[in-house]
Amino acid sequence: MTTIDNSAEVENTPPVDPNAVTITINGRAVAARKGELIIAAADRANEYIPRFCYHPRMSPVGMCRQCLVEIEGPRGPMMVVSCMTPVADGQVVRTDTPQVKRAHEGILELLLANHPLDCPVCDKGGECPLQDQAFSHGAGESRFVEEKRHYEKPIAISDLVFLDRERCILCDRCTRFADEVAGDPLISFTQRGNNTQVMTFPNEPFASYFSGNTVQICPVGALTAQPYRFKARPWDLEQRESTCTTCSVGCRTVVQSSRDEILRYQGVDSDPVNWGWLCDRGRFNFQSVNSEDRLVSPQVKSGDSFTSASWSDALETVARTMRLATPGSIAILGGARGTNEDAFMWATLADALGVTMRDAQMDDGLPTSIFSYTQATIDSACAGGTVILLAPDLKEELPVLHLRLRDAADKKRIRIIEVSSHESGLTKQAWRSVRAESGTIATALGALLADSEVAAQLASGPVTIVAGRANLAESSAHTMAAVDVAVGVASHAAVLPVLRRGNVRGALSVGLAPQNGKDAAAILEASANGHVECLILLGADPMSDVADADLARRGIAGAKFVVAIDTFLTQSAAHADVVLPAAAYGEKDGTTMNLEGRVTNVVQKITPRGTSRADWMIAAELADLVGHDTGVTTLADVQKLLSSRVPGFGVTTTAVAIKRDGVVVSAGTPVRTPLSATPAPTRNSYEFRLDLSRKLYDRAVGTITSPAIAELSVGASVCIHPLDLERVGAAVGATVRVSNNHSSIVLPVAASAAVPRGTAVVPFNQPGADIRELIRHGESVVDVRIESM
Amino acid sequence: MTSNPGGTWPHAPGYYTGDRPKIVTSRFEYEDSYTLQRYEATDGYKGLRAALSKPAADVHEEVKNATVLGRGGAGFPAGNKWGLTPQGVWPRYLVVNGDESEPGTYKDRLLMERDPHQLIEGCLIACYAAGLSRCFLYIRGEMALAQERVAAALNEAYAAGYVGKNILGSKFSVDIVLHWGAGAYVVGEETALIESLEGNRGMPRLKPPYFPAAIGLYGQPTIVNNVETLANLPWLARNGAAAYTAIGTATSPGTRMVAVSGHVKRPGVYEIINGLTTFRDLLYGEEFCQGIRNDNELKAFVPGGGSAPWFTEDQLDVAFEGPQAGAAGSMLGSGAVMVMDSTTDIPRAALTLTRFYAHESCGKCTPCREGGTWLERILSRVVDGKGTDADLDQLLEVGQSICPGEFPHASNAKLGISAVPFPYRMNTICFVGPSAYAPVHSALTLFRSEFEARVTKRNLIPVTAVSQ
Amino acid sequence: MARLTEENVRLAREIISRYPKPRSATIPLLHLAQEQDGFVTNEAMEHIGELVGATSAEVYGTASFYEMFKFEPVGKYLINICGTMSCALMGAEELMHHAEARLGIHMGGTTPDGLITLERAECQAACTEAPCLQVNYRYRFRVTAENFDTLVDQLQSGALEGEIPAHGTVAAVRQHIPADKAVGAIAPEDVTEGPAWLDGKAAL
Repeated sequence: MTTIDNSAEVENTPPVDPNAVTITINGRAVAARKGELIIAAADRANEYIPRFCYHPRMSPVGMCRQCLVEIEGPRGPMMVVSCMTPVADGQVVRTDTPQVKRAHEGILELLLANHPLDCPVCDKGGECPLQDQAFSHGAGESRFVEEKRHYEKPIAISDLVFLDRERCILCDRCTRFADEVAGDPLISFTQRGNNTQVMTFPNEPFASYFSGNTVQICPVGALTAQPYRFKARPWDLEQRESTCTTCSVGCRTVVQSSRDEILRYQGVDSDPVNWGWLCDRGRFNFQSVNSEDRLVSPQVKSGDSFTSASWSDALETVARTMRLATPGSIAILGGARGTNEDAFMWATLADALGVTMRDAQMDDGLPTSIFSYTQATIDSACAGGTVILLAPDLKEELPVLHLRLRDAADKKRIRIIEVSSHESGLTKQAWRSVRAESGTIATALGALLADSEVAAQLASGPVTIVAGRANLAESSAHTMAAVDVAVGVASHAAVLPVLRRGNVRGALSVGLAPQNGKDAAAILEASANGHVECLILLGADPMSDVADADLARRGIAGAKFVVAIDTFLTQSAAHADVVLPAAAYGEKDGTTMNLEGRVTNVVQKITPRGTSRADWMIAAELADLVGHDTGVTTLADVQKLLSSRVPGFGVTTTAVAIKRDGVVVSAGTPVRTPLSATPAPTRNSYEFRLDLSRKLYDRAVGTITSPAIAELSVGASVCIHPLDLERVGAAVGATVRVSNNHSSIVLPVAASAAVPRGTAVVPFNQPGADIRELIRHGESVVDVRIESM
Repeated sequence: MTSNPGGTWPHAPGYYTGDRPKIVTSRFEYEDSYTLQRYEATDGYKGLRAALSKPAADVHEEVKNATVLGRGGAGFPAGNKWGLTPQGVWPRYLVVNGDESEPGTYKDRLLMERDPHQLIEGCLIACYAAGLSRCFLYIRGEMALAQERVAAALNEAYAAGYVGKNILGSKFSVDIVLHWGAGAYVVGEETALIESLEGNRGMPRLKPPYFPAAIGLYGQPTIVNNVETLANLPWLARNGAAAYTAIGTATSPGTRMVAVSGHVKRPGVYEIINGLTTFRDLLYGEEFCQGIRNDNELKAFVPGGGSAPWFTEDQLDVAFEGPQAGAAGSMLGSGAVMVMDSTTDIPRAALTLTRFYAHESCGKCTPCREGGTWLERILSRVVDGKGTDADLDQLLEVGQSICPGEFPHASNAKLGISAVPFPYRMNTICFVGPSAYAPVHSALTLFRSEFEARVTKRNLIPVTAVSQ
Repeated sequence: MARLTEENVRLAREIISRYPKPRSATIPLLHLAQEQDGFVTNEAMEHIGELVGATSAEVYGTASFYEMFKFEPVGKYLINICGTMSCALMGAEELMHHAEARLGIHMGGTTPDGLITLERAECQAACTEAPCLQVNYRYRFRVTAENFDTLVDQLQSGALEGEIPAHGTVAAVRQHIPADKAVGAIAPEDVTEGPAWLDGKAAL
């Protein structure tokens, strides 16, 4: 026997990909992968096949029949829909034969048969796939002389979306999206055949947080968005690609404007992030940028009112205060609203002034030690294994992350384990979902993970812990303790921190993280005690955002001098001595960092309102005035400085990738300070444990200054289990008194089985009575009494 | 049937003459054919006992050997269909297609009304043989009597231990669940039937990938069989494959039920010998229809349900067998012949059928949803005398967008045209769209002069149809 | 109007239990609702959605696909006259004209007393008995103008009360699966093994 050693050869041969296939499209060889659809392979090869119902992010339905192509079959050429036919090795595809051309023309003629020719007054005109493909693939004229279908038009199917059924070509994109992607099947095909129409149930609107996406993916003008209707024609729009900073998911968008006014955001398909989707809050809050209530010039307080001032006077007033302040008595709160560059320049100024009191969070997130665990990304979380949710309801706070996880669970790629104090948008998708009263999450998680089946699941693959602040009336130490429990069981777990504010991770990473454990609450406490001589609110509004309303009030009142840098005169800014108008989103260039640490760019599309300026410019000016000139005059200067100073940023800010999918930056590992979670006191059986959690639409300034979504907040209420409601002796909608030894407020009551017994859920920052009066920072949990009135 | 104001009941005992073998209609001669008592007295459930006394695989083999052709329309052998389920994937389901609605067809309704236990026994044998662990018997919504008879028969069968847990004391257990529709022709298509059974709109799924045998009900392997197909199984299980194949031809063994309606003297649903009986036998034979009403001349007939291209007297000697009908330019479909005599207004008859399919379109595929209605509207304009020459060509043009290329049609000596064989090519998922075009194409091909006589040639400005 | 009554909810749960997935019971439950109220009310659709785990929009999407479900009140008797091929060949159009004249309403209309709704229907699978019609889905074969009139007389006089239930009830006999005989429905994902009888041996 002779053994031939061919290992050298083996090494030189690239491994054969068992999934690689080659097909021919119009005579050209195209590399494809098994399972890929012909239409997707053709797209990659720049062979455009017309389509209406096909959407790469949704399951194919083969409905419109527009994407017919010819493939060689055993009995000669056969026509197949390319959106549902997978590639096969050696497959011969033709999109250019007379038969295919005839089919494309025929289908287009049929689609146009009942489609009104109202393109000149249709919002979609100029960017309409039906219009475009009728030109590129149609016969040029219709022979349909019958009367077209008539429906009442348009009808509002929600507060945001209008439906014109005459224009609809029944491609199933919106209905599929609502069902498959959003999980809100509130629109459906109704009737049948030629009378088929998309409709909601009578008196049940398409109230989905994701409804705007249906407008974007509608291939005709059947669905239009209220904020954009009749506002512009596509050829009048200019656009730049950017990143949405409404929350920290970091969805890619295009910002579109006309005549120096932002008119629309559209989702861009970024594979690692948003897949083209946006939530309605992020999509429609562009109105806020255009708001009449924007601050347009610096304001200086004289007496009880503000007077407009010049930038030089206002800045000099602030600089003088800073110069004269006792060392260590300046504090900076905020920074999460702006860009990395904004936050970095403020951190640079803070360093120069020796400011140790700084925090980009509003006591509403988690300690920065959450970044000290192995970090996960959205993609890594969704790729497989187990996801442990120790987080707020993502559908309410980080909607597009919710969509990604929902998709991964739906497609059975991941199993979700959820421990929460009330049901969330992902509860239905969860493999295991347990209710645990606030303050007991870590204990409940421990018990759950001890289950052998759960343990086996954790051991079987990657584990991602999605960690965030679920309840603002519960100390963050409980969440951190739960994370430690999970990591203790699954040491291979990675953490995906879900801090909510737009660029909070960026701000914390570039220098606005608390020092020596002195966080926003501690800073406000110091201020209340007279230890802050200059409080800088960098896009921060503690009086609205800090859960302990009393602390926020005392903190602002206690500061000797308050400077607010903001786009609006917020509740806190109203108490400031100087207010500086800040450039808003879409009015400045820069970079932002999403919740996974991904850096992408944000762009300027319009001129800043009035004399407002980017935060970084204000910081640079002030640095100069207090005698610490940074030498920075352009954004590029800031980015150069940022790259050199902050580990991980390196060449990131100038990288080409930040203009699309971004670069994940690991900006150093903060030290993990061991936290001792104060054990939650036992709840008296006649009391309720308060769960203060956010809804997508609240009194956030960007929301209330966007008319389209301003009225969508649910309003303050307290929601308890139906049996508890009986016990309280109130009817749904009645007002009840919610009280503890701090205060007492009156709220309408609601009931839901999604809330466990003994828990009272109150949405945060809603119009109506303010539950925050019952909350005191530092308390482990908050228990309240609920009495019928 | 006493309250039937029509008076006659053509399926009453004695209506059927001749000594043809009866595989599925043998009990029709009894008034109480639908009761368990009658069923048990006439070999009922003996086929089930015979099947259960053999390993399941042997029963499956027997059905395969008998080549029991599917009676729903496509004519695919049931035994082979059962074999298409992927190995080792459980559970597998049986869905019984009793949503009979093809114009001209009503054999399944009779089988359900007159002999429900035979169907139940057939379901049980199929489940046993193919390892199907749950059976859903989907009956058309409008068939109140069939639903009542099957429900009553199932209640009897459960009580008697023929259905349910440990059938006849064996290890074979299966539930048969009566399910009923709510009025939608397209649900007769097997993937639409599954959608409907899942509680959805009955819109067909694309095959591939959604072949029910692989991805069916709830995504599981699912056998969808027609009522008549399953009704054959008790006889087959009792008498064996050899006895079955001894009837009919090698490619089309056994019998099949054919409904002949329209302008014949003696319309009825006849169980005929597969493959041997010709259309001439059916329309003129003494045991069957005994000729055209009033001895009128035959003008045309639809050989296989409303979807089938039409035949004329030139095709009378074609035997009732799938391949033969296919070669002659049509199909046998669900076994329904509709006869038109010389008095028939052909464009109006075509409109009747086209309107049916346009109305029954599910709305999923563009060519069917838009094309079917367009055909109907042009055609009704033509029938109303408001059409133009161009409209006739436009009908064929719209047809090209539904079914590209040559469309099958029969030969015609007088017109000097030869046959274009079945099948057609189609731009749609299912057959509803092409079916809207089939009558238009047949009528225009065979009787164009009747259309031409209806259209005005001077009308250059198209008349817009009235909205509906 | 009405959600399902307590008795019907019990029936609905029994029907749901026969399916591996509750959603499958949608159409049977819609029939149940129509049986209860004579047509399908919005409240019933919401209730059905709760029972089978679907949104009201989904239930309505399904319901409106099917001809038999009515979303507004119809007459106590719904007369469907078939107008498809065989019936058309045998005089269905003439019968429809006669029916309209006799009842003084058009197709789709209801008599002012709310007794009869007239509809044009597609093939009812009684083609050899053309022209045919259904009254609440009960057949009448080879219908002439005269016996149509007789039928209307009978409906008006109440002579067919016992034979034909009011609109909504289709089958008057229901399937009941006795608990001790039922194999039971199992969600497909919970089935891991093949059927017991596929062991290569005869079952009996």
